[in-house]
Amino acid sequence: MPGESTEAPGSDAPAALEATELTVHYPNATVPALDSVTMIVPRGTFYAVLGPNGSGKSTLLRALLGMVPHAAGRAQVSGRPVSDWDRRALAREAGVVTQSESVAFPITVRELVAMGRYPYLGALQSETPSDREAISAAMRMCDVENLAQRLMSTLSGGEVQRTRMARALAQEPNVLVLDEPTASLDVRHEMEILELLRASADRGMTIFLITHHLDLAARFADRMLLLSRGRVAAEGEPREVLREETLQRVYEWPISISDDPATGVPRVTPLSTALHPAPDQAADSS
Amino acid sequence: MKPIAWTALMGLAVVLVFLLSILLGSAPLTTGEVFSALLGEGDVNDRRIVVDLRAPRAVMAILVGGGLSLSGAVFQALLRNPLAEPYILGISGGAATGAVVALALGLAASLSWALPAAAFAGALFAILLVLRVAATADHRVDVRVLLLAGVVVGAFFTACMSFVLSISDARTVRSAVLWMMGSLAGSDWRTVWMVTLYSLPAVIALVGLARPLNLLAIGEETAGYLGADVERVKRMAYVLASLLTAAGVAATGVIGFVGLIVPHSVRLLVGADYRVLLPLSFLAGGVFLTMADIVARTAVSPAEVPIGVITAFVGVPLFLLLLRSSMASRPDAGIGS
Repeated sequence: MPGESTEAPGSDAPAALEATELTVHYPNATVPALDSVTMIVPRGTFYAVLGPNGSGKSTLLRALLGMVPHAAGRAQVSGRPVSDWDRRALAREAGVVTQSESVAFPITVRELVAMGRYPYLGALQSETPSDREAISAAMRMCDVENLAQRLMSTLSGGEVQRTRMARALAQEPNVLVLDEPTASLDVRHEMEILELLRASADRGMTIFLITHHLDLAARFADRMLLLSRGRVAAEGEPREVLREETLQRVYEWPISISDDPATGVPRVTPLSTALHPAPDQAADSS
Repeated sequence: MKPIAWTALMGLAVVLVFLLSILLGSAPLTTGEVFSALLGEGDVNDRRIVVDLRAPRAVMAILVGGGLSLSGAVFQALLRNPLAEPYILGISGGAATGAVVALALGLAASLSWALPAAAFAGALFAILLVLRVAATADHRVDVRVLLLAGVVVGAFFTACMSFVLSISDARTVRSAVLWMMGSLAGSDWRTVWMVTLYSLPAVIALVGLARPLNLLAIGEETAGYLGADVERVKRMAYVLASLLTAAGVAATGVIGFVGLIVPHSVRLLVGADYRVLLPLSFLAGGVFLTMADIVARTAVSPAEVPIGVITAFVGVPLFLLLLRSSMASRPDAGIGS
């Protein structure tokens, strides 16, 4: 069930993703983008990463998967340092849906999803029946089967996101990493994606989801990480992370938290600064 | 139509234009005479014309046209820019500077291999210079820097060439201008073999890169997450496509537009899958340049029109049409995205 830890006590399977005092410096930046971040994502967990713009969420993703070098600390995927992974083997272990991408040439939905089989195929090898099965299963799960022959440039924002997610699922990964995949989706498509992710986690897939939707994260995620200026502000189950004073400090905005009667999980309500001055502003004026 | 059918059809077209190319020319030979010359029979002069002049020239057209189209398609994926073509990164400028220096020093007149060798050396110098500029300390290649560096290096070499031309005599200038418009005249079996031995490994290696090049088209970061060794693919694609272009330029001068319009036309026919696009671009480029050469040889026979003029005459209107039709269907098409 959402909100409950799925990790069996005493489980000694290696964590799906693990950062130990992970620090990332971008060239010419005065402050580190990621500052000594430690977190563990146990296998089969739905893990949500939250935080304001520029707090280091996407950098954490890139560093965990070896896309940016880290200055200090360790990044591990399924128990092995990310730098030890062969790129193709890593792509079979972890699928990634980045924030956005643009296609340089007209390609179809089917072709884009089929790219998810890249780490399984030799240079000139054509698709095997198991590749075709993985591709059509992924397209079915993301509801893009009927778009198969459409060009990517003709799709709506939501259709593009579902196609990209299908490509990541076609990689048949143990770990699925997503950076704000539902940012451009309407309510129904967003909920469908989140329910799909939840069901995948329940079947043992690890989900690492970067999102700005605090309420929905609280509903679907097992554990949460809240980042603030490259550091860990809070980590734990949704109820432990979503506290008024923590969120007000991190987001620099007055926030109220209540229990949602419909879902029974914490509901986050941003207030108005005029009516409810933020704590430090209140202190300034007194 | 299936990709395999397109490939078979284009393969057949290569054979047909080859035959057409050795049948047509300023010497009026009948079909019978040409075929008996091919079989080593008939008149000695006919044999010389068919076997030693027309045949190597047709093979050279196929090789160079194919090589330019293939490398154009590769540059388009590498730079993620549909307007990229083989000369965009300064190779033609480097080659032309080398060629003009060889002509101005009179080397080209005394040694038959001096002109292609100097052009190739110039191209090689430009390739290495651009790569050196675009590679960062940790050996990554930023394609935006690659594009800028290539364009600027090309402009620099063009200036060098203009300077050498400005202090050269009229005969040198004329030879240089003709060389820069490209010509397949003077192709003999020796050059054909050199270009073949040189190009074939590059062609095979580039076709082998088709799958990672497909991934590059959707962006480097995503390609990396899908398991491609992006930096290695970029370097290999740049170096191999550049060397392939350099071989063509050294042998036949700067023949424009083949590397731009052929990959685009093929993409319109079969889609953007590089596993199909690359081999098919090679074949279609060979067909296109062979046909252009037939026109170049026969239009004002016995004189010859520079082949670069023919490819531009056909290439420019065709490309403008293509551009307009793609803009109509996709307003976001064009430069980058």
